[in-house]
Amino acid sequence: MDWLVPLPVVLPLTGAGLAVAFSRSPRIQRTISVTVLSATLLVAASLLFAADAGPLVVNVGGWAAPVGISLVADRLSGLMLSVSAAVTLCVLLYSLAQGLAEGDREAPVAIYHPTYLVLTAGVAIAFLSGDLFNLYVGFEVLLTASYVLLTMEGTRARIRAGTIYVIVALLSSLIFLVAVALIYSATGTVNLAQLAERLPEIDATTRLILQLMLLIAFGIKAAVFPLSAWLPDSYPTAPAPVTAVFAGLLTKVGIYAIIRTQTLLFGDGRIDGVLMWVALATMVVGILGAVAQSDIKRLLSFTLVSHIGYMVFGIALSSRAGLAASIFYVIHHITVQTSLFLVVGLIEQKAGSTSLNRLGGLARIAPLLSILFLVPALSLSGIPPLSGFLGKVGLLQAGVAAGNSLAYALVAGGILTSLLTLYVVVKAWNKAFWQPPPSEAVMNRNPGGMVAPTAALVALGVAITVLAGPIYSYTDRAAGDLRSQTPYIEAVLSRGDRGEGPSPQAAAEDAGR
Amino acid sequence: MSGFLAPDLPLVVVIAVLVGGGVYLILERSLSRVLIGVILVGNGVNLLFLVIGGPAGGAPIVGLTLRSAMSDPLPQAMVLTSIVITLALTGFLLAMAYRSWQLNEHDEVQDDLEDRRIARMAAIDQAYIEQRRHPGGLEALDEEAAAARDEMASFVEEHWLAEDDEERV
Repeated sequence: MDWLVPLPVVLPLTGAGLAVAFSRSPRIQRTISVTVLSATLLVAASLLFAADAGPLVVNVGGWAAPVGISLVADRLSGLMLSVSAAVTLCVLLYSLAQGLAEGDREAPVAIYHPTYLVLTAGVAIAFLSGDLFNLYVGFEVLLTASYVLLTMEGTRARIRAGTIYVIVALLSSLIFLVAVALIYSATGTVNLAQLAERLPEIDATTRLILQLMLLIAFGIKAAVFPLSAWLPDSYPTAPAPVTAVFAGLLTKVGIYAIIRTQTLLFGDGRIDGVLMWVALATMVVGILGAVAQSDIKRLLSFTLVSHIGYMVFGIALSSRAGLAASIFYVIHHITVQTSLFLVVGLIEQKAGSTSLNRLGGLARIAPLLSILFLVPALSLSGIPPLSGFLGKVGLLQAGVAAGNSLAYALVAGGILTSLLTLYVVVKAWNKAFWQPPPSEAVMNRNPGGMVAPTAALVALGVAITVLAGPIYSYTDRAAGDLRSQTPYIEAVLSRGDRGEGPSPQAAAEDAGR
Repeated sequence: MSGFLAPDLPLVVVIAVLVGGGVYLILERSLSRVLIGVILVGNGVNLLFLVIGGPAGGAPIVGLTLRSAMSDPLPQAMVLTSIVITLALTGFLLAMAYRSWQLNEHDEVQDDLEDRRIARMAAIDQAYIEQRRHPGGLEALDEEAAAARDEMASFVEEHWLAEDDEERV
């Protein structure tokens, strides 16, 4: 099964190359993208099941682990890959239908397809990488693709939003790069498994500095509170499918990197206190920002920032229960947030606006749309029995189990944020769907090709609720792996201090010479 | 591991100058200056990789150089990757600065929308207070608001701020 591991990277990159080659024929491009992403989804799902038996490791080019680059698919990677593949496929189908319906004004196909596939590949590299520098490369691949997608067409508003986004992302990449350099100089390796063995041996203060630098770099990408101001300013101006996939995936790649490094490299939980304060501030400040908004896209961007706080909360608890709930929350949030943004895209197409002051009466005109909005919105705010409720309950239970006063403060903050989220989404639903429509309302038809992927994604969110038992036990096992560190390290460094591959032989030959 | 020798001091000074100058430029308003700043910091970080690679040695090829005299190849591989990435992003930023100049006849980084909204609300409240205290204080405040950087005023008015006023009415 090991041969499956590189495929989530190889397939989209090959597809991107082919899509560039066929840039003159949109039909072939569409076929390539859909085929490649469907295949990626199948591969990711197989990895999800295969990784449940133990992490799968591939040493790229046959160079054994600490020397070469290893790709590792453990339970966490498998989960993240599967959800991201499902989400990217749905968003692609949505954008295809939108492009067909609007004469490709919103999404010029020639650059859209290759860039979108490169973005998918970058996300997969980040999830699979067993090497800190390769993680950096994965981040750069997905960020570069995201710059192009965000500024597509180069209109005034998008260049304005893109400027801020690109500069902030560049800055976080530079901080990440400095952290990689310093970690290499302190330990002599960038392999995550070997770092997990070596980092506890170095000076505690140096280790703290390295930990904080990585945390700042990933914190900017994940948009945790003091580092989150760029997000609501840049996401809403992009085309609807692009915003949806960014909101669903890109911040979660940052969260994934935080989970991976905080558990594998810095498992001692020394900065949990700081993380808890950050989580509390992210939740509360983010949702207060959402309360003040009158545009649905901006409102959802602020709830996105706010709910990142829940995931950081679970990480900061440094317990198996907290981590399991956090991973479950990530899975839930990717699907729900993406489907909400897709629905908003449908609303914008139908009524020509996303401003709550100009919308109204949609419940009567588009009853299906109102259901598609309401289900993920209620799930986001944590109404039982939907998946958001289950994730929040898990987090609150883990918080209460931790038992200290700061954890109780976070539990209170989590409940407050949940209630405010309910207020925000119900306000949006009331204004857009129930209020009498404005007199000059224009109503277009939503093409079925756009509604169907949105409905599929909403259904996926419901499926996470229905299958919450198996999924939760899977995330619990994933959290157990992460907490104990050994399955990961033993899988990568399978021969004690090296991985599989011809390089141990080479080293032995060299020593004998 | 490449040993715990003291780092190369001149290189460290050059890195400090590059990063310091780069950070100063990134804080500027003009996108082309930010771009130069990013290039400076990027090159500073690239040099940092040379420092952490330890003292220079022979080519790291088995059979050509003794193991003890080899230089560490890994930081050089990383630095090459990061140079390529910096180059690509420099190209993208240049294109974006040029596009911004095409559209706005300048390439300045704009204010944050939320900042503008808050500043605007504060200005309206302030105007109300001033008006009650001494009528005629309004013009001064309007001038002040106009003097604030707001090149995207028309866009902002259309899309976000007009709605605030609707709400207020």
